[in-house]
Amino acid sequence: MQQTLDALLQARQALKPCDFETVDLPTFIGEVEGLNDVNMRDDMADYDCRNNRLAQLGLEQDGFNDAVNAAAAKYGQDRIGVFLGTSTAGILETELAFRNRDKLTGTLPEDFIYSKTQNTYSVADFTRHYFKLAGPAAVVSSACSSSAKVFSVARRMIEAGLIDAAVVGGVDTLCLTTLYGFNSLGLLSTQACRPYDIARDGISIGEAAAFALLERPSHAMDDSAVLLLGIGESSDAYHMSSPHPDGLGAKMAMQQALQSASMTPTDIDYINLHGTATPSNDAAEAKAVTAVFTQAVPCSSSKGATGHTLGAAGAVEAVICALALQHGFIPSGLNTTEVDAELKLDYRLENQLQPLKRVMSNSFGFGGTNCSLIFGLAGTKGDAG
Amino acid sequence: MTPKLTAYIEGIGLIGPGFNDWASGRQILAGQQPYQSAKTVIPMPELLPAAERRRASDIVKLTLATSLQAIIEAGLQGENLPSVFSFSNGDGLNCHSICEMLASDDREISPTRFHNSVHNAAAGYWSIATKTMATSSVLCAFDASFGAGLLDALTQVTVDDTRCILMASDTPYPEPMFSKRPIPDNCGIALLLAPRQGGNSIAQIQVSFTHDEAFKFSDTALEALRIAIPSARGLPLLQLIAKGQANSVVLDYLDDLRLLVEVKLC
Repeated sequence: MQQTLDALLQARQALKPCDFETVDLPTFIGEVEGLNDVNMRDDMADYDCRNNRLAQLGLEQDGFNDAVNAAAAKYGQDRIGVFLGTSTAGILETELAFRNRDKLTGTLPEDFIYSKTQNTYSVADFTRHYFKLAGPAAVVSSACSSSAKVFSVARRMIEAGLIDAAVVGGVDTLCLTTLYGFNSLGLLSTQACRPYDIARDGISIGEAAAFALLERPSHAMDDSAVLLLGIGESSDAYHMSSPHPDGLGAKMAMQQALQSASMTPTDIDYINLHGTATPSNDAAEAKAVTAVFTQAVPCSSSKGATGHTLGAAGAVEAVICALALQHGFIPSGLNTTEVDAELKLDYRLENQLQPLKRVMSNSFGFGGTNCSLIFGLAGTKGDAG
Repeated sequence: MTPKLTAYIEGIGLIGPGFNDWASGRQILAGQQPYQSAKTVIPMPELLPAAERRRASDIVKLTLATSLQAIIEAGLQGENLPSVFSFSNGDGLNCHSICEMLASDDREISPTRFHNSVHNAAAGYWSIATKTMATSSVLCAFDASFGAGLLDALTQVTVDDTRCILMASDTPYPEPMFSKRPIPDNCGIALLLAPRQGGNSIAQIQVSFTHDEAFKFSDTALEALRIAIPSARGLPLLQLIAKGQANSVVLDYLDDLRLLVEVKLC
């Protein structure tokens, strides 16, 4: 968290020319250093793959595992759910296994364990067993909205009384499927991605793990506790890999989020945009934002800093929103030099220190799946507008 | 004590080995006809526009077909239904083709292959076909996928006080992945759930957590199906409804957590 905060405050980005594995593409990536050196905990060795290594690395930062263990002791292991987002889980392991098929029979290597690496659920299974939790669990896998939508699944489970707390988040790692896949769609930028720039020309793929422990609000909460105040979700019902040109679904998601939080657009101090830096995605999102927010709201995309971390993006950007709230600043959008004036957004290129009360985070994905979240600080809950 | 989540089933869809639809499948499950496993037959997805129909894979067609059975039975065509999709894996054949290409000298996978590779591909096609802009939740929980989907759908019904359609579907991988994940055939179940009893209610279900063992079919072929395909773990619930008996059944879910479903016919 501290490194992320420092990077945001110093406007440092993490993208570099792609040198991942054997990938030969003229693009930039956001790679987490040192994943090859992560040792899985002894009893979790069967889950060994890039995605679960990153999950373990993430769970062991910032005292998060202590917080989960404390919640398990307080509520009971069976009263804590695990809901995580990922788009590709451990598919890299399968991509590598396909290179090592038996020459004669074509079979995959014996040490390839499908259920604990490739299967989409593996990262939630890993996390549930890592903490020895015994409550409900699932992976949400709706492409780039996955780890925003986990907040919705967990919120319903808590409200239904099935659980008292949930480990939510997202983990996605670099793999050949997404690098070559986005390349096939012509959506990879040849440089570090430039969201909302007049010359934006595609995404940079990144990898990340981000987690949060979600509980009911209580009177004992610290003022700096971050509240999930609103959720809006919709489907475009338009096209598999292009957004609705007017951002209709995105607009519905933002409006629903405001409605569920009993807020009006003027209550939002900052929007963390989906902002992938493809020409059509940013244009559609901008139309949706200007349709909902008639007065300009400061906004930026984090993807210039992190790259597009796909199924982890919703959770990563929820954490960035939490940092912005707790430390009182509007994070700037990186790499962008000339904001596309046609898009008519108050897109920020400089950090601004300023107390924030309510922020919105947008996450949209392939298949036309949209999710908007609204976060605020416990300390300012009393004067919600 | 965990609470019981209550919902009313208004429509059911079923397609799988030896099950062509819910209307005929319910007679088999009720014991009026013997169960005979046979290769799954998936009908043409008439709702899809021609371009999407050409590109649609089995998991898309299967999910559309089971959902339509449930929606038609409930009389809710054209409704903007919130949805839960639960797949133990995505499109197995497509995944195989991508991995094979990425292991070859030519890694130029096609755009269609790539966008069909996302776990929510069937959800995307479904929303386009049914013109549904309501929220969709797209889940995976490996062998526990049916239970995970049912729980999520029930929380939508009870917490958000809305109808919700659950679609649980699975498709097989070809070799060499088949040996690692031997799902033998396509299978899908759809349930249309509502918060209140209405004219089209079929049954009331109340679902809670249990540690009891999951129900096993005495019919060996049905039991083999239940074990082999994750979505088929919902079949014991469909059998209770087919038999028209008020009763309860334990459905498989996670390794150490299962779902007690109490069924009352409406």
